[in-house]
Amino acid sequence: MTVIRVDKDVDNLSLTLVAEFDAPIERVWQLWADPRRLERWWGPPAYPATVEAHDLTPGGEVTYFMTGPDGGISRGWWRITSADPPRSLEFLDGFADSQGTPRDDQPTTTVRVELSEHDGRTRMEMRSTFASLEHLEQVVDIGALEAFQLAVGQADAVLAG
Amino acid sequence: MVVRGVAVGAPSEVEDAGVDVLFHALADATRRDIVRRCVRDELSVSRLAHAYPMSFAAVQKHVAVLERAGLVTKQRRGREQLVRTQPEAVRRARQALDRLEAAWRERVDRMSELLAPVPRP
Repeated sequence: MTVIRVDKDVDNLSLTLVAEFDAPIERVWQLWADPRRLERWWGPPAYPATVEAHDLTPGGEVTYFMTGPDGGISRGWWRITSADPPRSLEFLDGFADSQGTPRDDQPTTTVRVELSEHDGRTRMEMRSTFASLEHLEQVVDIGALEAFQLAVGQADAVLAG
Repeated sequence: MVVRGVAVGAPSEVEDAGVDVLFHALADATRRDIVRRCVRDELSVSRLAHAYPMSFAAVQKHVAVLERAGLVTKQRRGREQLVRTQPEAVRRARQALDRLEAAWRERVDRMSELLAPVPRP
C-alpha cells in the first residue's frame, strides 16, 4: 500500500496525503524536478501532460498543458513559493488560458510537498489547500465531464493489452 | 491543481430524504443567495437584511425556511442572530475532497510505477 494516510479537513478545505515509496529521496524528488518524469505522472493516461517551462526555484514557474483524447488542450501553471531540494517544495497551482497566461478568474491551489527518507524508503507528504469551497468544487468539477471519457479510454487500453 | 480528466470517483449520492424540503428551500433566489453568502462567514440576519430590498422580517422568514431544510444554522450571539451554511457546505466539501483524493491516489500510483525497478506488467 503506497498511500498510507489521507486526511481531509473540511474546515480548512485541505487534503493531506502521505505516501511511501520504495526508493531513495533523490529519486522521488526527481519525479518533481525532472520535467520529463513529471509529465509521466501528473496527467492521467488519457490526458498526458507536457511540461514547457520548469524552474523549481522560489519565484520560478512551471507551465504545462494536458492533451485530451479529442486533441483539446488544458493549460496550467505553478508558481514556486519555496523549494528546498530534495526535501520540500511549495507552489501555487492554477489554470491558464490558451496562451498560457494565468487566469485571474480561476481558482488557485496551494500545494506543499515534503519528502523524508527512512531506511532507504521515502515518505511523501502532500498537502493541497483551497482558498474557498467554491474554488475547491470548481477545481474538481472541471474534471467531471472528462472523467467518463477517461474511464472509457482506460477500459479500451486494458482490453487492447 | 488541475485535475481535469482525472477519474473523480462516483457521482454524488442521491439524497432521498428531505428532498422536497430542500428543493422548496432552494427554489427562491434570495434563499439561494443567503446560502451562498453564509458558506464562508457567519452573517447576522440584520446584515443580510441590508443586502436585499426587503424587510428584516422577510429576510428572517427566508432564513427560517433554510433552517428547517437543514441548510443553515442560526446562532444567537449577543443581540445578533448569526447565520451559517453548515450541513450542505460540509457535504459539498466532503464530496469535492473525496474526488480530489481519488485523483491524487492515481497520481501516487503512477509515481510508484515510475519508481519501480522493473516496469510492472
